[in-house]
Amino acid sequence: MENFEFINAMVLLANFVIVPALSYGSQLALATLSLTIIYGVLRFSNFAQADWMSFGTMATILFTWLFQSAGINAGILPTALLALPFAIIVTALFCLLIDRSVYSFYRKQKSQPIVLMIVSVGVMFILQAVVRFIIGPNDRKFFDGEKYIVHALDFKNYFGLEEGLTIKSTQLITVIVALVAMISLFYFLQKTKLGKSMRAYSNNEDLALLSGINPEKIVIVTWIISSILITTAGVLYGLDKSFKPFTYFNLLLPMFAAAIVGGIGSPIGAVIGGYVIAFSEITLTYAYKKFFVYLLPESLEPSGLMQVLSTDYKFAISFIILVIVLIVRPTGIVRGKII
Amino acid sequence: MNDELRAPIAFTIMGILLAIVGFTQSWSVSLSVINLCIISSIMAIGVNLQWGYGGLFNAGVMGFTALGGLTAVLVSHDPIYEAWDKAGVGIVISAIIFVLSITALLFVFRNIENKQIRNTLIILIIVFGLIGINNFYGPSIDIIESINPAKTGFLGGLGLPIIFSWLIAAVVAGLVAWVIGKITLRLRSDYLAIATLGISEIVIAIVKHEDWLSRGVKNVSGLDRPVPYEIELQQSEWFLNLVEIINFSKLEAMQSLSSRQDLLNDLVIDSSGIFVKLCYAGLFFSVLLLIFYLSQLALNSPWGRMLRAIRDNEEAASAMGKNIFVQHLQIFIIGSAIIGIAGAMLTTLDGQFTPGSYRPLRFTFIIWLMVIIGGSGNNLGSIFGGFFIWFIWIEAEPLSIGFMNMLAGGLEYDNPLRMHLLGSAAHLRLFIMGLLLLLALRFMPKGVIPEKIQKK
Repeated sequence: MENFEFINAMVLLANFVIVPALSYGSQLALATLSLTIIYGVLRFSNFAQADWMSFGTMATILFTWLFQSAGINAGILPTALLALPFAIIVTALFCLLIDRSVYSFYRKQKSQPIVLMIVSVGVMFILQAVVRFIIGPNDRKFFDGEKYIVHALDFKNYFGLEEGLTIKSTQLITVIVALVAMISLFYFLQKTKLGKSMRAYSNNEDLALLSGINPEKIVIVTWIISSILITTAGVLYGLDKSFKPFTYFNLLLPMFAAAIVGGIGSPIGAVIGGYVIAFSEITLTYAYKKFFVYLLPESLEPSGLMQVLSTDYKFAISFIILVIVLIVRPTGIVRGKII
Repeated sequence: MNDELRAPIAFTIMGILLAIVGFTQSWSVSLSVINLCIISSIMAIGVNLQWGYGGLFNAGVMGFTALGGLTAVLVSHDPIYEAWDKAGVGIVISAIIFVLSITALLFVFRNIENKQIRNTLIILIIVFGLIGINNFYGPSIDIIESINPAKTGFLGGLGLPIIFSWLIAAVVAGLVAWVIGKITLRLRSDYLAIATLGISEIVIAIVKHEDWLSRGVKNVSGLDRPVPYEIELQQSEWFLNLVEIINFSKLEAMQSLSSRQDLLNDLVIDSSGIFVKLCYAGLFFSVLLLIFYLSQLALNSPWGRMLRAIRDNEEAASAMGKNIFVQHLQIFIIGSAIIGIAGAMLTTLDGQFTPGSYRPLRFTFIIWLMVIIGGSGNNLGSIFGGFFIWFIWIEAEPLSIGFMNMLAGGLEYDNPLRMHLLGSAAHLRLFIMGLLLLLALRFMPKGVIPEKIQKK
């Protein structure tokens, strides 16, 4: 019996902490990567990035509806995955349009990063208006296809345990898609000529220009990569939970926190930071009472919820980690400023 | 255009706009807009001190505003003695444990060199602190929140006149700013923006969810007023006489005595509302003038010149022996304190504290727009920005609805496109705000009333 108690406790932990944190962490890592790429190449903290996420997801939802009304679906997979490439194209085009009409002016003037940051606040307003204007401010679910891979009830019956493990298909999709995206990004940055010139440009702009790298091309590629990452992150998040512009806007803080915790400007750091923030948010707000009930003898059972922080303070966690990192290791986990 | 003329022209146009609202909508509406304009201007001055003088990007204006509002509640609301009797001890003990743990943490952090011992001690302090606080805190807040939850369910405040809270809010906001500044001001400028963005979200989370402190999202309403109530005015002799004298000619024109009495009643009700708003406007305007005057003094003092020198060239200022960190910290605290004052004033004006209404767009980024469009580095510009942007923010909604009606003019009444257009009209004002900011940054980067560069 003792052994079963232990397994039950572990399954409980996997179900409520590890699986959700893994999928949320992957979404956050992708979003943070896009923030980092912009920061590394274009050299400013983009306050509009969370709203690019809303925009990309909105485009995906619109294409999903279009496909659904045309009777096209992806079988057991959500239709949104089919819509994603089209949405990425739309988002990237809109990104480039905004870059041409807004950002390029300040780049030519060699404005300070903080000016670009304020400009991005203006873009943030515009994007929020556009998203709310087109799809409205309400909560939307756009998930279809097979919902569960492992269902709690089947799991319990199969293994004869008290605790069940649920794995939603969106969670598996999230992890797989995120892994594919990250690996291809790192391959692109490390192995291809374009990726190398991007890194060179990020490292030393003048030197890169001298060696004949076309800056405009780099900027365009940066925006395209950023749109791919941010749209994918937004769609995965929306499939997993739901899409609401205000919730997406609130992801800005965890994104920034992840970027700084990981080491601002470093892609590996962004991924690590994303997972660190996600795991801390979930492990610190989970109530461990049941977990300890399984593990400890009856006499030692906890009376309270055994929760470090109430779930109301999810924001606070990314911030507290941010502050700790700023005090202890201001450069972040992975040192380095270039991508 | 001559730079000297910009300010008078800008303010004249603003006055005309407000007068138009007064004539076409009503003077009561116009006065409400003016009151909020004044508060916005004060916030804008606070941000301008930080950004315009110091070059610091504070993205947590909302947090300091909410702190001001919270202070207004905690200063003015009557204390709930029952809650203090039953659970005051528990709360005080947890507060003491909290303060002790923080002090211990700071002490360990500063004085113990050995990393292993330091880390063990830090973890021990955090764990025991949390256990200690949870032991007293949880049960106490349950008791507090169960006492008359429909009406109070919190500890109440000090029961002082609400006007004191304006000063105390400055102190509270300043203290919080000191803590944030200590942590972030030594680092790159982006970090301050992100850290302040975070702290503002935390402040909002605390006031939303700590019901024992200020009832959370259940709101605290019916706060004290520093000005008379309408109903008192309507019953007082001197006010009736005043209304009669002002509207003498209108009343004379009435034929019968009864219709004259009816008109007088209507006039008294209208005027009492306007009178209250005028009182607020007077109070707020005095605060605005005082803060403006002090900021101008600071700007033109050696201290202000030093700050601008630091903003324009940190290395040079540092080489001249100026301590950049300390100066930045000072200006960050002062600016945040001013924002705190404005937050307390806002809650005073509303007569209630509604944590749910604090949104970053409305309370952080709009204020930024005011400073940048008004003219960073110029206090007069910030005041103009406060008036102008708030005016647009308020009037954008009716204008957008009008615009959408025009767009949808040819469509049937229940046409889905028409319904969608009208339903989304409210979001158009975000668009207007973004566009204004981008246009200003592009074509008028110095703002409507630019900073004056003094040459001597």
